[in-house]
Amino acid sequence: MNRLNRDQMAARVARDIPEGAYVNLGIGLPTKVANYLPAEREIFLQSENGLLGMGPAPAPGEEDWELINAGKQAVTLLTGGCFFHHADSFAMMRGGHLDICVLGAFQVSTTGDLANWHTGAPDAIPAVGGAMDLAIGAKQTFVMMELLTKQGESKLVEECTYPLTGLGCVSRVYTDLAVFDVGPDGASVIEMVEGLTIEELQRVTGLNLNFSKSVEAA
Amino acid sequence: MIDKAIDGAAAAVADIHDGASVMIGGFGTAGMPDELIDALIARGVGDLTIINNNAGNGEHGVAALIREGRVRKIVCSFPRQSDSHHFDAAYRAGKIELELVPQGNLAARIQAAGAGLGAIFTPTGYGTLLAEGKEVREIDGKHYVLEYPIHADFALIKAHKGDRWGNLVFRKTARNFGPIMAMAAKTTIAQVAQIVPLGDLDPEVVVTPGIFVQRVVPIVSDNIAIAA
Repeated sequence: MNRLNRDQMAARVARDIPEGAYVNLGIGLPTKVANYLPAEREIFLQSENGLLGMGPAPAPGEEDWELINAGKQAVTLLTGGCFFHHADSFAMMRGGHLDICVLGAFQVSTTGDLANWHTGAPDAIPAVGGAMDLAIGAKQTFVMMELLTKQGESKLVEECTYPLTGLGCVSRVYTDLAVFDVGPDGASVIEMVEGLTIEELQRVTGLNLNFSKSVEAA
Repeated sequence: MIDKAIDGAAAAVADIHDGASVMIGGFGTAGMPDELIDALIARGVGDLTIINNNAGNGEHGVAALIREGRVRKIVCSFPRQSDSHHFDAAYRAGKIELELVPQGNLAARIQAAGAGLGAIFTPTGYGTLLAEGKEVREIDGKHYVLEYPIHADFALIKAHKGDRWGNLVFRKTARNFGPIMAMAAKTTIAQVAQIVPLGDLDPEVVVTPGIFVQRVVPIVSDNIAIAA
């Protein structure tokens, strides 16, 4: 089958981000989505450390270390972009002003619970950052992840076993094998990659998936 | 004549005492008032409670405070980073207490302190480990967690320009926690790249009004130009 690589996943997520959307792309894999937003579409990227209208990385040698993103990488500001303090930044999320956030995950439940901040391992030093605020604050929370762990276990699950980031906050899950809507009614398959069968997807996830929504090739 | 300008970081932090709670601005290294922190280390005080988004990077700022064993407790959202080795070592050795707070709750609790609120109900963290044991209330069908304000004896922040009344403007994403920490601390000490005459800062663009700032210290930091 045509499993998507990480860039193809990012391109797939980018397709669903409309003109005019206020969007926060989480640290790690979701950052790649920015590379696939078409230039003719005006989209406002927010970074929780205090900027709207975030632009791409500067040319080497042009870095300004007082102009960084949440991953502490040097970025640029688009014309029309602006800066603000942390309380305003998180009011944008919690207050429901941010349209979309895209986050990575350890696990997502079929009802939209998210686990992405802590493995729960006893020797792990916990760090949460803005994950909990983003997850429950944005109007829509998208997750982007490989569907299976390296051991072949599904990361889309009936119930998360890792510590939760937020309850019922995820609406859509983009993976390398399929795209799912999740929520109070469980998980529905929206798309599958070419060559993947319903039976195979049921088998690898071990979930009771709804296929009644039109399923197209991703 | 009111002049909040103070010459030198050492003089600016001279009354920070053992056991003080100190907010320190900055997100990673952007907005971190390194020179004020160096002066605090040189003062030799310890048993501090530090409120910062992170727990130090590399060898500077908050990391140096932790390295020198001056921090009893840290309140932050994201301690673990690739270069947070001084925090990691102190934490694993049981030498530092950690209160982990989601970043938006950290901002909201600091802001609540500055605004004189007794507490806030926040949706962030509901149903998670970080809300365990905390009061929960359902308001209009949604669940909120009771969180208390974070006050501090001192705030050390970094701004771009200030005047002798304490009005401040910031630079780019170095603003981050500075404005709300300035409101929440009893004494706010701002290091600025430049002190300008009264009236030079456009009143329409002042970010932090001088009422929230007690001391302004001109310090030219490495790498960050005064222009822009």
